[in-house]
Amino acid sequence: MTPPPRRIVVVGASAAGLTAAESLRADGFDGDVTVIGAEPHAGYDRPPLSKQLLSGAWEAQRLELLPHHRYDELGIDCRLGTAATALDVAGRTVRVDGADLGYDRLLIATGVRPRTWPGTEGLRGVHVLRTVDDAVAFREAALSARRVVVIGAGFLGAEAAATLRGLGVPVTLVDPAPAPMQRQVGPDVARLLAGLHAEHDVDLRLGATVRAVEDDGDHVTGVRLGDGTALRTTCVLVAIGATPATAWLDGSGLDLTDGVGCDAQCRAAPDVFAAGDVARWFHRGYGTSVRVEHRTNATEQAMAAARAMLGAGGPYEPVPYVWSDQYDTKIQAYGRTAGADRFAVISGSPDDRRFVAVYGRGERVVGVLGWRSPRELLRARALVAAGVAWRDAVAA
Amino acid sequence: MKITVEIDRCVGGGQCVMAAPDVFDQDDDGLAVLLDPDPPAGLADDVQLAARLCPARAIVVEA
Repeated sequence: MTPPPRRIVVVGASAAGLTAAESLRADGFDGDVTVIGAEPHAGYDRPPLSKQLLSGAWEAQRLELLPHHRYDELGIDCRLGTAATALDVAGRTVRVDGADLGYDRLLIATGVRPRTWPGTEGLRGVHVLRTVDDAVAFREAALSARRVVVIGAGFLGAEAAATLRGLGVPVTLVDPAPAPMQRQVGPDVARLLAGLHAEHDVDLRLGATVRAVEDDGDHVTGVRLGDGTALRTTCVLVAIGATPATAWLDGSGLDLTDGVGCDAQCRAAPDVFAAGDVARWFHRGYGTSVRVEHRTNATEQAMAAARAMLGAGGPYEPVPYVWSDQYDTKIQAYGRTAGADRFAVISGSPDDRRFVAVYGRGERVVGVLGWRSPRELLRARALVAAGVAWRDAVAA
Repeated sequence: MKITVEIDRCVGGGQCVMAAPDVFDQDDDGLAVLLDPDPPAGLADDVQLAARLCPARAIVVEA
């Protein structure tokens, strides 16, 4: 039996890492908590980057997850601007700033890194949107661009396009799928999203691949589509997803197939746990391993991992939750709307621009989605949590 | 206990309603409605959970 921990190291100082530190204290842990953050900034919230920060409604400081005095209150040693570079599972040390830092329990919460467009590294005018520095740079470039081309119409690309239109910036949104966020929310809701963006004069290039991002050797000059169409622009946002930030764990012996592989209690190896975007864990309710890159999961999984590190955790089996704000429309979903094979509106109506829809796989409800219907959606969450039969959900 | 909600941060997720339904509700737009800014001590754990679950960190709890 491993003795109770005295030293806990958390690698990652963002939503998951900081929530874990808070939760450890709330759960009564009074030993050392060290939090390592690669970015120079105190931990901040990322969802507003494509919304309030990009729009200019909020200053960067409003994104900070914890007020500064809270770090002292919690008694956590937060080391910012310093990245962990290696893990020795057997020796129970993590390499930070060239020194080995010992731990009794380790939490890996290093998140994800945005995918870049191959060959555009160092090219001016090509942006990603993951950090506050990314967002500030992109906002400045977008405001002086005659048109912004957004590559990728997932959550991030679609939200950024909506925010830019709110600023009056002309936007072209390119995606190989037939409609925005189709992979995440299915064709019915994606079609409504396409309509929403079209109403706001987004130049939609759907079903379109990108052949090349073109440049003059220094600065981007345009985006060439697969059919040969040339989109002239000085500002490109690449929003084509992200990959788990696990390069520092190469050679550690951990399973790094699509994130840090964990058991049902978020444990990756003896005394090593993971939470947030970087963690792929065995979801017992789903009977499979999943990795969830959503804000609420960072919090919930960090709380579960904190309990598990203290030897008190049960299996982590959340009902995933995600939301997106585009123009005046709030879209929220519980469960798994991706990959469903059934879809039905159960209340409201798409024509009225307020509805709740259920998603099914086989005979079961696996997800619910609300379009401008937060209260109704919260009630419908029970359909997913209970995994009710499709016919009962649709008949109700 | 003194609870405040920074309503312009609220993203309408409803986590607070699930964690502490006697203290929080939502309006039609999903924004949090504080039913009881000074709830009984027995609800303190629920309220702390709501504050920590809030994906927008919109809930502030003072002892």
